[in-house]
Amino acid sequence: MPIEILMPALSPTMETGTLAKWLVSEGDTVSSGDIIAEIETDKATMEVEAIDEGRIGKILVADGTEEVPVNAVIAILLEEGEDESALDAAVAKSSGSKDKAAKKTDIPSRDVADDKSDEEQPKATGNESKPDSDSEPEEKAKAPAAPTTEEGERVFASPLARRMAQQAGLDLASVTGSGPKGRIVKADIEDAMGKAVPAAKDQAAAATAPAIGAPDFTPPADVPYDEVKLSGMRKVIAKRMTQSKSHVPHFYLTVDVALDKMMAQRKDLNARLEEDGVRISVNDFIIRACALALKKVPQANAMFAGDKAYMFKRQDISVAVAVEGGLVTPIVRDAGSKGLAEISREMKELAGRAQEGKLVPEDYQGGTFSISNLGMYGIREFGAVINPPQGAILAVGAGEKRAVVVDDAVAVRLMMSVTLAVDHRVMDGAIGADFLKAFKGFIEDPITMLL
Amino acid sequence: MAETKYDLIVIGAGPGGYVAAIRAAQLGLKAAIIEREHLGGICLNWGCIPTKALLRTSEIKHYLDNASDFGLSAKDIDFDLKKVVSRSRKIAGQLNTGVKGLLKKNKVVTIMGEATLKGKGGVSVKADGKTTELQAKNIILATGARARELPHLKADGKLIWTYKHAMTPEVMPKSLLVVGSGAIGLEFASFYRDMGAEVTIVEMMDRILPVEDEEVSAFAKKQFEKQGMKIVLNASVEKVDIKKNSVTATIKGKDGKTETQTFDRMILAIGITGNVENLGLEEAGVKVERGHVVTDEWGRTAATGIWAIGDVAGAPWLAHKASHEGVIAVEKIAGIKGLHPMRKDLIPGCTYSRPQVASVGLTEAKAKEAGYKIKVGKFPFIGNGKAIALGEPEGFVKTIFDEKTGELLGAHMIGAEVTELIQGYVVAKSLETTEAELMHTIFPHPTLSEMMHESVLDAYGRAIHY
Ligand SMILES: Cc1cc2nc3c(=O)[nH]c(=O)nc-3n(C[C@H](O)[C@H](O)[C@H](O)COP(=O)(O)OP(=O)(O)OC[C@H]3O[C@@H](n4cnc5c(N)ncnc54)[C@H](O)[C@@H]3O)c2cc1C
Repeated sequence: MPIEILMPALSPTMETGTLAKWLVSEGDTVSSGDIIAEIETDKATMEVEAIDEGRIGKILVADGTEEVPVNAVIAILLEEGEDESALDAAVAKSSGSKDKAAKKTDIPSRDVADDKSDEEQPKATGNESKPDSDSEPEEKAKAPAAPTTEEGERVFASPLARRMAQQAGLDLASVTGSGPKGRIVKADIEDAMGKAVPAAKDQAAAATAPAIGAPDFTPPADVPYDEVKLSGMRKVIAKRMTQSKSHVPHFYLTVDVALDKMMAQRKDLNARLEEDGVRISVNDFIIRACALALKKVPQANAMFAGDKAYMFKRQDISVAVAVEGGLVTPIVRDAGSKGLAEISREMKELAGRAQEGKLVPEDYQGGTFSISNLGMYGIREFGAVINPPQGAILAVGAGEKRAVVVDDAVAVRLMMSVTLAVDHRVMDGAIGADFLKAFKGFIEDPITMLL
Repeated sequence: MAETKYDLIVIGAGPGGYVAAIRAAQLGLKAAIIEREHLGGICLNWGCIPTKALLRTSEIKHYLDNASDFGLSAKDIDFDLKKVVSRSRKIAGQLNTGVKGLLKKNKVVTIMGEATLKGKGGVSVKADGKTTELQAKNIILATGARARELPHLKADGKLIWTYKHAMTPEVMPKSLLVVGSGAIGLEFASFYRDMGAEVTIVEMMDRILPVEDEEVSAFAKKQFEKQGMKIVLNASVEKVDIKKNSVTATIKGKDGKTETQTFDRMILAIGITGNVENLGLEEAGVKVERGHVVTDEWGRTAATGIWAIGDVAGAPWLAHKASHEGVIAVEKIAGIKGLHPMRKDLIPGCTYSRPQVASVGLTEAKAKEAGYKIKVGKFPFIGNGKAIALGEPEGFVKTIFDEKTGELLGAHMIGAEVTELIQGYVVAKSLETTEAELMHTIFPHPTLSEMMHESVLDAYGRAIHY
């Protein structure tokens, strides 16, 4: 029997992905473990490995096809002894009923059920890309990640409502449920869609319109433009940032931090570490200082959760990394118990993989606090948007020499401004200030970071 | 009866009225219910329940007639019609007493008598020649309906029957004409056929069970014909001549040609008409159209404070629809927040003939008409182990999904026990599951319900056993 190679799910929430590139052609012989294709999602590029061996009989989804539903048949593998005649039946079977993706891509794929039910993992046909965790993603996928409000509460919605919201690009957290105990039902999605359209017409409202990508964003008629299709990552950013800015009450606290001592310390450290090939960056110091400050002020390492708040005992720091077409936030886990060298090494590795689009969901899912550093772009200071459900984000500006008053005299110091954006539901100004005070202390007196 | 002022008065104690009254009492309203004839209404006394009792008899007789199929032998199978009828009546009586107890337990004041609306918020009740005046903030009309008759087609109770007469036969007719092939007509046709009568059905539309999915109608017709029934479609009874012990009906076909045929008895099952007379509706400002009270989606009539539910408020004429409308109206009256009006596509409909028919939601034709692009699944009884073990290999389960969203738009079944199965789909539909959840629902083996699973799988090209 020819084996169907299915579109793998790279994460529990992945529903479609782009088949970036085939690394094999029809007729090629593959054995288990061979990398046969590259798949892209909003966040990452992953390699698809063959698990079974055989000959690629037919490639059904071409290079560069977007929005290939998870579990769609992307190719057919012929086993030993099978020839092309076995293909016809297999191809016919896999194209039993066409669906929207099939239309878009002109490729026979499995029916909607297969596409949409995250449940069926490619395990059986052998292109699971992470063989060592083969049962785990399946488990996770069984319960399609329930959306949460910015408070981190689970959103109750009927399966139909969920699917309709997803199809309409509607954020469930922005929909009011009219079902029992506020459950979101079909009628609510229809309502929300009805409302979203007029809201989107209004330019000012467009930014906060819940239906990102709703059909009514019409450009002015007389201005020439290029139309750029939103990447999956762009859509996720749009959705999450809209949700954050419209639902999380942000406030901002800014302090200036003197970097002179830290820079000296850094120079010294880097000289010592040179032969190990380690170069600690300013950002690494900032990550460590943040983690230690959060350890000292755990109330700032917090998440709002409706009728309660969580104060995290571990400092998992999400660090925004700009990548082609957007940004990702890989996480330095347990940064509070990691030394500078380790943070530096990890960060380099994560940033590298982020650039190559090779992060896996574990790299960026979770995190208790975020850092966004635009210093290298010469930005003096800025306010960042909180990355929900986290409770705060630190926006870091450029280090620059400024005239400051020291002991009643004007002096030149290397200064940096940082702005903490805080979710007011879970923290007040005093806690934010405590955190910043601790952070400033560590940076300005870096020796204390050793304690 | 000292008390004359109530929060709510319900007129009519059928499944609409008594459920509404009990719900009102649960919500703390002071409620009274007025019934002129029998607690439990048509449903308990002359409808749902007694017919099911009769159909149980004919079903068992069918099994006995076919005992040898199961390796059994049964000889001299006969029946005592009196006992068959009295069993049915006894069951109705038992449930009727049950309703009385339920009302009492819930502290609903039950008043036997004929009610009429009188002035604002007023109801007058006539019983035993005495009239009592009552007042209520809200009044629910739940007066039900009765068999429809036509000027040239009137029941005499002897040779021409409505359901009431058909439920209490004194003799088993040798030949029977059933006019109308809705649920009621077919249930009687099925009962009398299995009891041995020659049955002819005349239906005006081009198919029997006209509200069901077309495939179901077609399949049912074949099954009934296989049982020996005669079914005449696109036809109507133009005239009846009543003889001493038979009726001769003139049946007009599609082509305009008429044919006369003589039958022992004839059943009129050509629909029902609401009990809207002598209630003082016009004076009260309640609007009536085509024999039914007009209401909004909550059951409000055109007159403030007067509500209508159940058969008197229009189709579908089903007990569970009446009850549910009652609950919704009462909860609205009680000011409960977050209510939703009843969705008609969530009301299941069942016909308890042999084979049984059950459905919920849109038919294939209706779904297409509504503009859906659909996926249709179908699974036959012959592919189901339990059905074969039961000796019931005939029937199918059909499901209709919206291709875009995976919404279950409708489900249609015909075959043994499907009336007990449909609820699975009703729950699924009410919870707004899509095909994905249904596919991952585990159905017990071996059961007929597995066909419900397979039908869903089939809609997506994935049926396992067919
Ligand atoms: C033969 C048959 C079989 C059926 N089988 C089924 C079935 O299997 N499943 C199903 O769901 N439905 C079935 N039905 C339909 C079902 O019986 C009705 O839909 C249901 O009874 C409607 O309930 P209701 O409360 O609106 O009215 P009813 O049950 O008709 O009750 C109305 C009550 O109001 C009383 N009343 C009327 N006017 C007054 C007045 N002025 N004062 C005081 N009291 C008054 C009447 O006496 C009656 O008791 C069947 C019907 C028939 C005839």
